Amino acid sequence: MINLTINDQKIRVPAGTTVLEAAKKLNINIPTLCNHSDLCVAGNCRVCLVELTGARTLIAACAMPVSEGMDIHTNTLKVRNARKHVVELLLSEHRSDCTKCYKNQKCELQALANEFAFGDTIFLDLVEDHPYTIDRSSPSFIKDDSKCIRCQRCVRTCAELQYISAIAVANKGAHQKISSFHDRPMSHVICTNCGQCVNRCPTGALVEKTYIDHVWDAIYDPDKHVVVQTAPAVRVALGEDLGYDPGERVTGKMVTALKQLGFDSVLDTDFSADLTIMEEGTELLFRLKKALVDGDTSIKFPMFTSCSPGWIKFIEHKYPEFLPNLSTCKSPQQMFGALAKTFYAQKKKLDPAKMVSVSIMPCTAKKFEADRPEMRASGFKDIDYVLTTRELAIMIKQAGIDFRNLEPGHYDSIMGESTGAGVIFGATGGVMEAALRTAYEIVTGREVPFQNLNIVPVRGMEGVKEASIKIEGCTSEWKFLEGVELKVAIAHGLTNANEIMRLVRQGKAPYHFVEIMACPGGCIGGGGQPIPTSMEIRKNRMKAIYSEDEHMVLRKSHENPDVIAIYSEFLGKPNSHKSHELLHTHYVERESY
Amino acid sequence: MRHKGLNKVDLIFEKVDLREVLTKAFRMSSEEIIQEILESGLKGRGGAGFPTGLKWKYTAAEKDPDKYVVCNADEGEPGTFKDREILDKVAGKMYGGMAIAGHAIGAKKGIVYLRGEYRFLLPQLMRELESFHAMIAEIGYDFHINYALGSGAYICGEESALFESIEGFRGEPRNKPPYPTTSGVYGKPTSINNVETLVTVLMIIREGAGVYNQLGTKDSRGSKVFSVSGDTPTPGIFELELGMTVQEFVNEFGDGDTKAVQVGGASGFCVPRKRFTDTIIGFEGVPTGGSMKLFNSSRSMYNVLRNYLDFFAEESCGQCTPCRVGCQQLLKGVEKVKKGEVQSSYLNELVKLAETMKIASKCGLGQSVGNAFRTIVENFKEEIIY
Repeated sequence: MINLTINDQKIRVPAGTTVLEAAKKLNINIPTLCNHSDLCVAGNCRVCLVELTGARTLIAACAMPVSEGMDIHTNTLKVRNARKHVVELLLSEHRSDCTKCYKNQKCELQALANEFAFGDTIFLDLVEDHPYTIDRSSPSFIKDDSKCIRCQRCVRTCAELQYISAIAVANKGAHQKISSFHDRPMSHVICTNCGQCVNRCPTGALVEKTYIDHVWDAIYDPDKHVVVQTAPAVRVALGEDLGYDPGERVTGKMVTALKQLGFDSVLDTDFSADLTIMEEGTELLFRLKKALVDGDTSIKFPMFTSCSPGWIKFIEHKYPEFLPNLSTCKSPQQMFGALAKTFYAQKKKLDPAKMVSVSIMPCTAKKFEADRPEMRASGFKDIDYVLTTRELAIMIKQAGIDFRNLEPGHYDSIMGESTGAGVIFGATGGVMEAALRTAYEIVTGREVPFQNLNIVPVRGMEGVKEASIKIEGCTSEWKFLEGVELKVAIAHGLTNANEIMRLVRQGKAPYHFVEIMACPGGCIGGGGQPIPTSMEIRKNRMKAIYSEDEHMVLRKSHENPDVIAIYSEFLGKPNSHKSHELLHTHYVERESY
Repeated sequence: MRHKGLNKVDLIFEKVDLREVLTKAFRMSSEEIIQEILESGLKGRGGAGFPTGLKWKYTAAEKDPDKYVVCNADEGEPGTFKDREILDKVAGKMYGGMAIAGHAIGAKKGIVYLRGEYRFLLPQLMRELESFHAMIAEIGYDFHINYALGSGAYICGEESALFESIEGFRGEPRNKPPYPTTSGVYGKPTSINNVETLVTVLMIIREGAGVYNQLGTKDSRGSKVFSVSGDTPTPGIFELELGMTVQEFVNEFGDGDTKAVQVGGASGFCVPRKRFTDTIIGFEGVPTGGSMKLFNSSRSMYNVLRNYLDFFAEESCGQCTPCRVGCQQLLKGVEKVKKGEVQSSYLNELVKLAETMKIASKCGLGQSVGNAFRTIVENFKEEIIY
């Protein structure tokens, strides 16, 4: 343990603690900017400067480990003047069109400016001295270099959390910028559109590409029937942008708000998550049968889940030789989209040409996914617009809805029913748990042997999780699986995904089925979720997801009455010809830069 | 304080029997070598002036058996070219100094980080390295040196940016602590020393600390190689005993019309004529890594300053705010003052900014921009404004 004083208060902390962390324990606030709890220390922005008695210079509190006898002062005139200068300097290279900025009032630089640098600016404006690009090429986000303050949170996110480095630091000195391979547009590099950089950008330099106005136009077009679906992870995070603490479930209020916004049908992605389990679970069993019974050597294991579009683009770029291992199932969003303009249109007697299909997603990569050319199974663009959780919160505010006082509502019928299995898709391990709940029961006729259906080994925030389940007491149709130990793995965050892929490439991954989500914590930590994000916030959202599951009457996908109905009325059975037409897809190899 | 006048010395370029010196060094214990260097009073010759013996003592104390000696041959300070001459003429002595450093700290591996622009020297340096390796093998000593090449960035002369560069990463300074003595190149305990420092070490071992520390002053022991340039009839490289005043230096090298001397390059200090007699060149006055640039009355000090600031705005790594943005603000600011587009009192704001950069920047680059800025603006204000 190390003893030190901060602002004349004594404190004892473990070795390795930073001055910033020690100060926090004393409830002393030191402003930060480049620092982020999910990322390695950078010490770049110099906003957290403090005075260390005896040191020649000020020190960055975030990057300085404590040492015995340190005497720190966080609020001297020297410190305040330096911080003011630093914030002023950042403002001088930042295009401060704040009132017009998408991040207005959600910008960390703006907050610091309020604190330190109000009134007349000291320094000269540097923005126009450098040519800058506003890259709108990605369907998912906008990268505006004129708002960038070079904190490198995005660079660290892309490298550390996602193992991609689609963006990196280029050039030096006055010309330093965050750029891509050969300055290519973001749509033409290895970027997975995961949006984790957007979640961590302190300014408006990285923001989602918004489609709010397109959706308003559709809602107010009397000729259009606007269908909306909401992803599982949205309901446990939306509240954060509307004044609630992280981890508050606002499902019912969200449904009411969507109806008040003017959506014609308010439906649930959880329904198509259940459907995904039927298709994907069946696909896994068929693959096992082909490999084990028919001896088909073309069937490769492990089979990978395919619901995370960031992960799909990652494997297309980095491990294209394993595309055959991917489940051919579309993601729940796209299954929903394909059915909305076919099955739902028929049932509700709607002209699909006059339908607009909107989805509310915790995700920026879903915007890209909806634009993929494969995603037009209905004969139209299956999903017209994807909005993030954040964009929905903006719409609710724009409409003047008093969210807190809304009465909870219910999803509309036939594609609005869901089970707890569909809900847990929002957390890492959730797809695996949902799949096991159903597949085990299909094969054995009995429920998975876990108390209260909670398959605890696949839950939690560990980067890579492994589990196995011994299949016993198979029904006659699945006798070939008797005694098989089904091995599964789960990874979230693409750095962890890469760890698994490395093992797969080396032939050291003994799994049958692997769930991968591009974002830390799964969709609850998605790139479209409320900002800020941290491990604590994600854990709270995860808790809420499992609590949502516990509160559901039905908790197994195959028991979803809407799912049962759609198979009997429309699709036939899982992996049927019709299913393949509408609910399955294929992948493309992409360049790795 | 007594000063010593200007005395030419010949230690660095003196031919020595390398095998004899190294044999002597390897017979000494690690502690004995470090003690000898501590007693010599040698401070690093790259510019920062950290006591070499102390650096070795810290590195020697580290438990990790995998340690490195890195030779910083990324000579990039504007106006310094003495390491090029040392590499050209007495590279063997530098290798010898590295082996002695390795013996002192317990390292078996050395890396020379050579300035990219000095690539033309590489073939001859490699030939000499080959015979050096052969020689120490004959002595029966195990030490191996490799080369790493820079690519022209000034910042890579900063020790931790240099390590990043060697490791194949973008040359950006690291947060300190940890210091190189604990975690240097490849995260291993590292002693990083300048080319001239390492040659000096060899000479101290040969001559003995007692002889060496007779040269120079209390704070600046020994002699130093100077790169003399600018308005001088005798530009070039000169080894001089430390402790002379700027006046004595100007008497020897000036053209009779010297109005200022920039000591220590772009990151150093500008000494105006009125301070020549009371400014000592050394750690008690103005320290220098060797760069000595003389300016006569035909020179515009505005142009000199503008040139330095332009250099820093380009050569900042761009990582930390005070340096990346501060350099641009200083440059644009003095340009606007010169053009009369902002009031001359704006210079006061800029001086304050330069002071902030000195205490707020992450590394020595940003911290030293203020040196030249303050000393030129303070002493030649009229030339900046009018």
